Amino acid sequence: MRGIFQPQGNIVIIARGCYNIPHPFTLMTGARLTVFAGHYGSGKTLLAINYAARLKKEAPDRRVRVVDMDIVNPYFRSADAGEAMVRLGVEVIASAFAGGGLEAPALPAEIMSVFDDKESLAVIDLGGDDRGALALGSYAKQMNETDSRMLLVCNCYRPLSKEPVMARRIKEEIEAASGVRFAGLVNNSNLAAETTALDVSRSFAYMREVSALCGLPVLFTACRQDLLPELEAGEVAEHNLFGLSIFYEKWGFNNAESKL
Amino acid sequence: MEKVLMKGNEALAEAAIMAGCRHFFGYPITPQTEVAAYMSKRMPEVNGLYLQAESEIASINMVLGAASAGVRVMTSSSSPGISLMGEGISYMAGCDLPAVIVNIQRGGPGLGGIQPAQSDYFQATRACGHGDFHLMVLAPNSIQEIVDLTQRAFNLADIYRTPVMILGDGILGQMMEPVTLERIPEAELPEKSWATTGTSGKRRKNITTSLWLQPDKLEKSNFARFERYALIQQKEPLWEEYLTEDADIVLVAYGAVSRICKNAIIAAREKGVKAGLLRPITLWPFPSRPLLELVDRVKTFICAEMSMGQMIEDVRAAIAYRKPVTLCGHTGGVVHTPEEILAQIEAANGGTQP
Repeated sequence: MRGIFQPQGNIVIIARGCYNIPHPFTLMTGARLTVFAGHYGSGKTLLAINYAARLKKEAPDRRVRVVDMDIVNPYFRSADAGEAMVRLGVEVIASAFAGGGLEAPALPAEIMSVFDDKESLAVIDLGGDDRGALALGSYAKQMNETDSRMLLVCNCYRPLSKEPVMARRIKEEIEAASGVRFAGLVNNSNLAAETTALDVSRSFAYMREVSALCGLPVLFTACRQDLLPELEAGEVAEHNLFGLSIFYEKWGFNNAESKL
Repeated sequence: MEKVLMKGNEALAEAAIMAGCRHFFGYPITPQTEVAAYMSKRMPEVNGLYLQAESEIASINMVLGAASAGVRVMTSSSSPGISLMGEGISYMAGCDLPAVIVNIQRGGPGLGGIQPAQSDYFQATRACGHGDFHLMVLAPNSIQEIVDLTQRAFNLADIYRTPVMILGDGILGQMMEPVTLERIPEAELPEKSWATTGTSGKRRKNITTSLWLQPDKLEKSNFARFERYALIQQKEPLWEEYLTEDADIVLVAYGAVSRICKNAIIAAREKGVKAGLLRPITLWPFPSRPLLELVDRVKTFICAEMSMGQMIEDVRAAIAYRKPVTLCGHTGGVVHTPEEILAQIEAANGGTQP
């Protein structure tokens, strides 16, 4: 069942000394349980694993877990990063079928423990759009009774969320499907490996509009770690920056020609 | 032009809309479901029709009907679903109907798996259905190329009155890359004077049919079609050559695997092994001529594909069996690593492989 796309060999961890950069912005000010939801392809999975790694860094003595609650995406999921997460001391909860190629929208019973274990920290990576958010519906009661927050991940470079009103519609659909209300927004606007600091700063205006439409604050802007110096030098006073330093490459063909 | 971040499946759907496709009939199947999901959201916005059929058999016959009425129409599926469509595709070829059919391949045979594969090469290029016919088969290797080739597919279908297949794999369908949604230059297209759009009492009725009970008439219709195929073979092969000028070892690969090969070739050259790549972009017509032109200079060929060796037969035939061609194959959803392709290049260079 498993073993086709298991992490060994295929996951590249690019840790550019990221954890040495001190930053006033800490995640520990957030909730015990953070859910990343949003449009399909907005970058929830990468965000979830980076966020969990950072939590562990900030709270090395706490148990930190990342939950792969994606029941819609067959290929890219946080369970793929399992081995890398374990190395960083983060536990991964995923369906035994995740990444194994079985199209079973199964959720492991173990998920309930992140609500029960009140001492632990957890990050939940939800599937995309309202269809992906349905999975959270069965835990809505627990969510609402726990110190938790659901964050809407936004990427203005995705065609079906490129207008602020489209992002609001996605927000409403996810809330209706999951029975959980959003507590804030995360700006994860990116063009994958081609993202420049300019691309990130151009997304701020979009985020202000989404924020006004949704009545939710932008809690932080996530971007590739190497873009931070340039962005910090610019006018980003209103945005907390969160550097993404853990990436995984599933197939061995990224930027082949640019190396020449 | 502005870049956006898209999944291959989404880019494929958007490019079809850019090409004027306003009719989509399909049935969800991993790993191409996002094509249908995207169409269901976008088609209403552009006054188009998205319809989820009750099966793949129903969808391909809806495609046949729409194509017969002369509109640009597309369906998309993955391996097992394409098998179900085989009869309808053959009927469309027999009726000379233009349409675009997408196959985002997964591992097989049978229900197989949902991870990427290229094991429908025979099906796409040889026998997508019964009878004497070909599909034009286009094989992009990036999301940007999906945008370009999808638009091109609609033009080719109209020009040659043939179904055109876009043959991708789960990697291309699922991966995300930044793209610019750029329109290709407008092509000169023939009038669809054959379309069944109603006579208004002004002309004889048009009939699209693949039924010819008299053998000589059926033969004639096949002859006419094969004259167009000859034209396609002469004018439409597309391919990319990468570092082949001085190559001793030439890899042949299409789709996502070709990009993994490029990494292996770069690594081989760093070790002093002169390797290159010929990437077929059209699988039918197969770019045989450029391969034959390489045969005298090249020591050996390696065919890398996610199958037990299907395209390799076309490679061997193209070079008239004059040089060894070895297979670097994976199947069932397993994807090549650059390292193992490099190892095979080095083995071929050392002459240790048969």
